[in-house]
Amino acid sequence: MQASIPSIVGQMIVFAIFVLFTMKYVWPPIIKAMEERRAKIADGLAAAEKGAQALKAASSKADDELKVARTQAQEILATANKQATQMIEQAKTAATTEAERIKANGAAEVQRELAQAKDALRKQVGELAVLGAAKILKREIDAKAHAEVLGDLAARV
Amino acid sequence: MAGSSPAEYVTHHLKHWSSSEDAGFITMDAWHIDTLIFSTVLGLIFLTLFRIAAVRATSGVPGKLQNFVEIMVDFVDQSVKDSFDGARTFIGPLALTIFCWVFLWNCMDLIPVDLIPSLWAMGHSALGHDPAHAYIRVVPSADMSATFALSLSVFILIFVYSFKGKGVGGFAKEFLTHPFGAKLLPFNVILNTVEYLAKPLSLALRLFGNLYAGELIFILIALLPWWAQIIPGLGWMIFHILVVTLQAFIMMTLTIVYLSMAHAHDEH
Repeated sequence: MQASIPSIVGQMIVFAIFVLFTMKYVWPPIIKAMEERRAKIADGLAAAEKGAQALKAASSKADDELKVARTQAQEILATANKQATQMIEQAKTAATTEAERIKANGAAEVQRELAQAKDALRKQVGELAVLGAAKILKREIDAKAHAEVLGDLAARV
Repeated sequence: MAGSSPAEYVTHHLKHWSSSEDAGFITMDAWHIDTLIFSTVLGLIFLTLFRIAAVRATSGVPGKLQNFVEIMVDFVDQSVKDSFDGARTFIGPLALTIFCWVFLWNCMDLIPVDLIPSLWAMGHSALGHDPAHAYIRVVPSADMSATFALSLSVFILIFVYSFKGKGVGGFAKEFLTHPFGAKLLPFNVILNTVEYLAKPLSLALRLFGNLYAGELIFILIALLPWWAQIIPGLGWMIFHILVVTLQAFIMMTLTIVYLSMAHAHDEH
């Protein structure tokens, strides 16, 4: 056990150098890095907070828009339904008139054909009557000479 | 220790590797070469480690070394911040240096007490010297020279911070009139002198006493037969881990407290 004055002085000098070294080359960079990281973390947390808020706002906005879209869709659906009913009604009336028209046409045709058939029958009856008359008279009737008479006969049948 | 009595063994272990044969309690010309070498090397280890971390320091994701260093720096910075309300550009590094350096000094006490002295003696005999004169002590804090170097530096800094915080006049006024008032000036001077002298003395002797006693106990345990060393050696070692850290922490904290007391404007 001994205290050595030169050693004390030497140690103090070494100590002073160590402290100055720490002060100049060790302490500041580490403190700086720590401060920077602290700032970074604070920024990150703030950004996260902002992001969460933005997300909230966006989702509420999306909800609103969805609601609007839903009502719009309903409106469109309602109009479409109305239009569809209208179209069906129109089609129905059109179809009815068309059917009526076709029916009328058909009836006219039938009438026309009936008249034609009557005409043909009349003609044939006329011819038959002429033939019968010719046979009865036992002489040939000149068809050309009596065409007028025959036509008149046919019209009268 | 073969061939030497326990007393010889112990005294051999407690002798410094010094530059001259001065055996006085206080020596003016014997350098404790072992203390100087070990403390400087340990300090350089600390500085190298921390300097590497400082160079590589990034504000991004820190590595393991940086993590460790940041924990130390943050711990010291927090301790300083708790009691010192000024700029920490000097006190912070000072406290960090004291803590780490003293911690490394004290850690030397955990190295087996005979390991380095035996190697030292073997080296001596290999070089043809007498191993009986191969003295070496590896724990710098078990040498008063090292602990007083720290405490005297702190003592000087106490005045520096007093002058800085209170001004020379303020310091003189406080020294002469506190704590009993201007009328009892001599008593103030006596009390303050004792108080000021007690600071470096207690600071140095506390650290020295703890580590010297620790070393001595390890030496005594080493005197036991090998089978009887295990239990006390283990127990003292585990207890000493606490002492090593605690004494380094006390040294740092008291330095901070003394300097903040010196710096504070309104004491008491």
